[in-house]
Amino acid sequence: MKARVTVYPRREILDPQGKAIRDALSRVGFAGVEDVRAGKSFEISLGIDDPVEAERELRRMCEKLLANTVVEDYSVELLGAEVGVRP
Amino acid sequence: MRCGVVVFPGSNCDHDAYHVLKHVLDQDVTFLWHQDDSLKGSELVILPGGFSYGDYLRAGAMAALSPVMAAVKRHAETGGLVLGICNGFQVLLEAGLLPGAMRRNASLRFRCQDVWLKVERADLPFTRKLRVGQVLRMPIAHAEGNYEDAPEKLDVLEAAGQVVFRYSTPDGAVTPEANPNGAARNIAGICNAQGNVLGLMPHPERCSESVLGNTDGLALFAGAVEAGSRLVAGARR
Repeated sequence: MKARVTVYPRREILDPQGKAIRDALSRVGFAGVEDVRAGKSFEISLGIDDPVEAERELRRMCEKLLANTVVEDYSVELLGAEVGVRP
Repeated sequence: MRCGVVVFPGSNCDHDAYHVLKHVLDQDVTFLWHQDDSLKGSELVILPGGFSYGDYLRAGAMAALSPVMAAVKRHAETGGLVLGICNGFQVLLEAGLLPGAMRRNASLRFRCQDVWLKVERADLPFTRKLRVGQVLRMPIAHAEGNYEDAPEKLDVLEAAGQVVFRYSTPDGAVTPEANPNGAARNIAGICNAQGNVLGLMPHPERCSESVLGNTDGLALFAGAVEAGSRLVAGARR
């Protein structure tokens, strides 16, 4: 099972990186950008076939290490066994 | 008193803290490797500044899960003294020994400068040699010192008197201009509810000798040594 975990700053918390990127996008001509949140993405290969169990494990990983839930939210996406990560 | 300075891969202020305790305050000091599972009898534990584990994932996140931190947690839970400086403060937050979290500095810049700190607590082991309202000058050197927590949690922290140092002007005014990193409510240092665990972003070990031009940091170490020695003497009695 492959999965993608995305971690991003919580909405209510100031994201200085996202704000700087938003400003830079505006400077290079993307006037329609209203907000940017800068986060992290993890591609994880798991030796677990059961999607329910896989998701439970991934959420535990987020709570324990991948995200700091004081300032970050996370989402978990199962990509299945065959779906690779396209370059 | 026996003091332990934890060394993570990437710590770079460990020798400075060791030097202050050993050569300025004449204490028994040992280094503790991140893979150690004991504190070798240390009564005061220092988590030093630096870039533990290269700041991978988040500053302090990997260090918080290292074997030595399990021993530090046990030490803290039984009232042992723990001082986290800069990256050490970040490790304490990630380990859950102190509440809140660090974000990138609001300026997005690494800030390396002297700051002024208003003392809010003088009754802790670490601050017993200070006065409430006293202003200290200390250097900072960090990119992630923007302390954050939910507003209601910050209210609880303040009500419990756990804010120990705030960024201020040289005459003690807590203003947005005196805040070098955007930290919520100008918070520079906090303690746990029991007062035996302290974390702060500024570097007291870099201003503890007159040859360095500033001795404002020495009182923190001297206070901890004095308080720790009494704890030890009390336990032996």
